[in-house]
Amino acid sequence: MAEPLSVILVESDPDRAAQVSESLRAAGDYRLHVIADPTRLARQIRSLNPDVVLIDLENPSRDMMEELTLASGPLERPVAMFVDQSGEGLSTAAIEAGVSAYVVDGMQPARLKPILDATIARFNMVHRMRTELAETKRALEERKVIDRAKGMIMKARGITEEEAYALMRKTAMDKNKRMADVAQALVTAAELLS
Amino acid sequence: MKRAQIPVGFIPLVDAAPLIVAQEMGFAAEEGLDLLLKRAPSWSSLRDMLAFGQVDAAHMLAPVPVAAAMGLGNTGGPLSVMSVLSVNGTVIGISAALADRMRHQGHDFAFADARAAGHALIEAAPDRLRIAVPFPFSMHAELLYYWLSALGFPAPQSIDIRTVPPSLMADALRAGDVDAFCVGEPWGSIVVEHGLGALLLPGAAIWSFAPEKVLAVRTPWLTQEAPLAHRLIRAVWRAGKWLASAESRLLAAELLAREPYLSLPPEIIDRALSGGLTVTPQGLQRDVPGFLRFHLGDASYPWTSQAQWIAHQLAIRTGLDRAAALRAAAPVFRDDLYRGALGDLCPQLPQHPQRVEGRDSSNLATRAHPAPDNRFFDGQIFDPQRPQR
Repeated sequence: MAEPLSVILVESDPDRAAQVSESLRAAGDYRLHVIADPTRLARQIRSLNPDVVLIDLENPSRDMMEELTLASGPLERPVAMFVDQSGEGLSTAAIEAGVSAYVVDGMQPARLKPILDATIARFNMVHRMRTELAETKRALEERKVIDRAKGMIMKARGITEEEAYALMRKTAMDKNKRMADVAQALVTAAELLS
Repeated sequence: MKRAQIPVGFIPLVDAAPLIVAQEMGFAAEEGLDLLLKRAPSWSSLRDMLAFGQVDAAHMLAPVPVAAAMGLGNTGGPLSVMSVLSVNGTVIGISAALADRMRHQGHDFAFADARAAGHALIEAAPDRLRIAVPFPFSMHAELLYYWLSALGFPAPQSIDIRTVPPSLMADALRAGDVDAFCVGEPWGSIVVEHGLGALLLPGAAIWSFAPEKVLAVRTPWLTQEAPLAHRLIRAVWRAGKWLASAESRLLAAELLAREPYLSLPPEIIDRALSGGLTVTPQGLQRDVPGFLRFHLGDASYPWTSQAQWIAHQLAIRTGLDRAAALRAAAPVFRDDLYRGALGDLCPQLPQHPQRVEGRDSSNLATRAHPAPDNRFFDGQIFDPQRPQR
């Protein structure tokens, strides 16, 4: 039985780190280490000497990984970005999901596949959830501003709620703007004038 | 007519301007193109987005395609350079603590003399100088190695060059992780603005005609999409020409400042475009002619000798065979494509794609064809036919 692969996940979001580690536990026997603070990433990784490093593509600290590709000493193991040799488009799938994998040079793609499959699936799911959450938050935020602007118009003009709403919608259409933007402009202006 | 769409990746830096301007000012549309500009979080991501087809063209550090051709670093396949997007435009800066020490030792922060600034830095530097660059394969790293070793500073043995992404440069200084840095604008000015450090030299003070960013594509894409490549070169060339005009500066800074491009105040961006930089948190002003070039003096022409200079430096540093490196690098910069695309727009293109880098040719300049100087600070030249050092 081979030694379990040691895997590092560079992820500052504890939720996502927990999700990925859970999937990896289900996928096989791996030693997982999470790096939450990417300061001096190259140094941290060097000292842990892992077989695989997984890092979010959106993380600018990823560039620090590239230093490790130029192994400077004979005892250091060069790492390479995982470039698909399995012919299954795994690299493309990983990049689309927003994760990149660095492996010790010469590692068999077959040993990496279950790790990547599990990580990609989680990254995709978390990404969908995040988008939904952000959209919902934005919609709520906008509704709050629109309600506030509506109240201001009703008071200033002495009109009903429906009339105020219709007026804002017409203004937005005439000015070729989103209603939330018109509302925001009104709220900001009112703050400035008060 | 429906315009052809090309996804193009960029990193939020002032020198991404030719791509942003090509799209925003309609130069792409004139060529029947619609550039879908995608902002990338890091150079390694952008290189992979290009290699794996998320984008078809990219704003790229000039040494990345050369390193790939030499088999260095991670690469998903061969890359080609269609034109140079920008010449110069980087700054070397130091931490506030190191700046104080240098000031006490009498350094004037003239921001021009690479020799004087280098000696002052070496004198004030701690035992092991920690310098940040944005990427291991970058002109930033090459210029630093060239500069410090020409001054007798035994780089890389006694300096510790670390990778810090441009947008995190200020954080690295704040955390005390580095003593000095080399970065593209506006990230050097951001450091000054936060009072975390001072600017010591423009990259141009080390080599006054350093190819900084290039327009890179996957080599196989060129064979499949030759007509699109042509149109893209033309659109970007026109954008560079527009950027070179003084009247364009204000608008260019406003365009770049917008979301989703740089999302930073236009005033900070204007510093690099005008070459008028604020070099210390106390507000010391310095003007640098030719701080960042997009067009003048055939700035966008992809000289094979530029690719070879990079290859030569990389080979020296990594112990690879120099002759083989020069052979591998030459075909990466595609002057043939550039010439083919722009022959009718600019009839006076250089006759031969290889020149002696560092040999000042300003005496050959004519009014119609200005040649900015091409000099290394130590007066050396690089002749690809007879490479030395």
